[in-house]
Amino acid sequence: MTGFTAAVRILWAALREIFDEAAYSRFLQRSNLSSSPAAYAAFCRDRDSTRARHTRCC
Amino acid sequence: MGIAPKPQIRHNARRMKKLVCALGWAGIALLTAVAVGVIAVRRSEPINALWLVTAATCCYALGYRFYARFVATKILALDALRATPAERLENGRDFLVTNKWVVFGHHFAAIAGPGPLVGPVLAAQFGYLPGTIWILAGAVFAGCVQDFVILLFSVRRDGKSLTEMAKEETGVIGGVVAYAAVIAILIILLAVVALVVVNALRDSPWGAFTIAMTIPIALLMGVYLRRIRPGKVLEVSALGFVLVLLAIWGGQWVSQNPAMAHIFSLRATTLAISIMVYAFAASAVPVWLLLAPRDYLSTFVKLGTIGLLGLGIVAIHPTLHMPSLTRFVDGTGPVFAGKVFPFAFITIACGAISGFHSLISSGTTPKLIARETETQMVGYGAMAAESAVAVMAIIAACVLQPGVYFAVNSPAGIVGQTAAAATATISSWGFPVSAGEMQALAASVGEQTLFNRTGGAPAFALGMARIFSQSLGGSRVMALWYHFAVMFEALFILTILDAGTRVARFMIQDALGHIYKPLGRTSWYPSILTTSALIVAAWGFFLWQGVKDPLGGINSLWPLFGIANQLLATVALCVATTIIIKMYRAKYAAVTLVPLAWLVAVTFTACWHKILDPNPRVGFLAQAHALGTGPATAATARLILNNRLDAIVTGALVVMVALVLFESARQWIGILTGRTEGRIKETPFVMTRLAEESL
Repeated sequence: MTGFTAAVRILWAALREIFDEAAYSRFLQRSNLSSSPAAYAAFCRDRDSTRARHTRCC
Repeated sequence: MGIAPKPQIRHNARRMKKLVCALGWAGIALLTAVAVGVIAVRRSEPINALWLVTAATCCYALGYRFYARFVATKILALDALRATPAERLENGRDFLVTNKWVVFGHHFAAIAGPGPLVGPVLAAQFGYLPGTIWILAGAVFAGCVQDFVILLFSVRRDGKSLTEMAKEETGVIGGVVAYAAVIAILIILLAVVALVVVNALRDSPWGAFTIAMTIPIALLMGVYLRRIRPGKVLEVSALGFVLVLLAIWGGQWVSQNPAMAHIFSLRATTLAISIMVYAFAASAVPVWLLLAPRDYLSTFVKLGTIGLLGLGIVAIHPTLHMPSLTRFVDGTGPVFAGKVFPFAFITIACGAISGFHSLISSGTTPKLIARETETQMVGYGAMAAESAVAVMAIIAACVLQPGVYFAVNSPAGIVGQTAAAATATISSWGFPVSAGEMQALAASVGEQTLFNRTGGAPAFALGMARIFSQSLGGSRVMALWYHFAVMFEALFILTILDAGTRVARFMIQDALGHIYKPLGRTSWYPSILTTSALIVAAWGFFLWQGVKDPLGGINSLWPLFGIANQLLATVALCVATTIIIKMYRAKYAAVTLVPLAWLVAVTFTACWHKILDPNPRVGFLAQAHALGTGPATAATARLILNNRLDAIVTGALVVMVALVLFESARQWIGILTGRTEGRIKETPFVMTRLAEESL
């Protein structure tokens, strides 16, 4: 794997983490679910219980 | 001559590598000295922005390589073999071993807000020198260190928050003060950022339309994410971004259509009420519908725009027209009143050190760190990146002609109500500007006027539009870039407003739950509505005060926000110093003690000025007194009350932080004299599984 490919992969992983796509994938794996509106709703409820309590910076 | 043995060759190669490395760092140090020297010494002629970029890049590199490593090895003794909470408590939800670059991106996205953009723009009234020096020195020796040590201490305490650490390490008072300071900062922050948006959007049909359109766009994104393509956040954010660009383009049509322009030309009071109603609704509706999609959209735009701005500055390397120092270092500045010390340091806020960052460093981030050794890159490195954003902001403000900068940022109460009066006043200060020039500039960005656009956001947008249009598209697209910049600022300010209102609501609910249990239930609608209304009323009060303030509001509110933020940093540094002393590293305590002493000097002096200064433009009580002795109008009584309340809030904050300081100092003296045992509350050492695997 070249340095460039590695950099792109890490950037993509960072974006997926920042935008919660990776968290959703982990949620699906953990819950043995496939992606669906109901699964995403469950994920949102799960995230909201913790994420919405986090402060954002100024 | 024989051939040297292999170990000898390897030894020579290592020595050569070390020599090259040392020469490289010596070169960077020399370049830093030259760049900082040029910034500091040149007085009579404009300098190129690349000097600021060079000085910043070199300072952060040296700080990271030498100072951060010193802190990491001598004080914190980072241990790559010690398991982090992400590993020990991994649950795939909050606690998760994550790649360090991913954590870095996550942490940077969480700490980068509008503060490092607005603060430096306002502080540019003193010239570029004070702000730049404080951004660089403050970040390298204070802000980055604070974020780094708090992150590491949280990692060693199972990811505990600052308030919990303050309670455990400095006593109950520390915990209570940290909690109260967080609530106070949130309220003042929400008010001040809302005021920035109001000032940027008032009487601007183009801007108001674009921002109004982000609400249906966010709702559409929410429904798309939930029903059509579940979980495809990057995809929907890209779609939302395209729609926002269309809204910017559509805004031009709105501004040129008299009927539509009339509808979207909103007064400051109307905008303030709309924003309060919006924040209340956003706090009460389900997160997935509005808050989450707007947050994603805002992050998408934020990361992209900051990257673009950095590239734009390097590509066109503009000249800074603002002098290095202006006459306003004496405290008579029109943007906000007060001398360069302490107000430049209060105003810059997050670009150099932010107490708020300590909440992020002890929030999500410590739960993702895979190894202790990564805290240096994430904690110190991300703050250095945020500081670089502040340098970009100061460049964006200083590329404007000073006359234009002051015409945009000065309130009508200082420079005069008409264009002729304002330009005459500003020109008399030695910064020539004409009414025709301002009119042409306003027309070029699709606005009716750019006078008295206080708050920093419009000036930043102008500078940014100038840089962008010179890199791409030329002056024909200046208006589009200006409104793109306004949208960029307003979008993530509104994100902070709705997310901040919600977070503050949870904090109030937690507190009220101790008094009456049902109020603590976050899903109980009477509690949701009551606490949302309470928090919106609290920041709405300050927002209304700012909107009605004849001096533009920013003069009172931004210093109040800066003081609150820096006081929280004081609490964080008290906690950090206490832990360092308890770790028997007292001989190195200066690393946090010196920034702490500086912050105490700055914030306590600023508080003294804001409460007791006899100048009515600076001191709250003096202004209340001046209003009382002046001609009475319908608004006089309210303005007097506002000023007295501001004085009480400032006084309460400083007394609370003084208590934490006293409590901490008592502990330090006790430990150092052997009267008290310094017992830290770290989680016991557990060997990392990651190291065993790699072995």
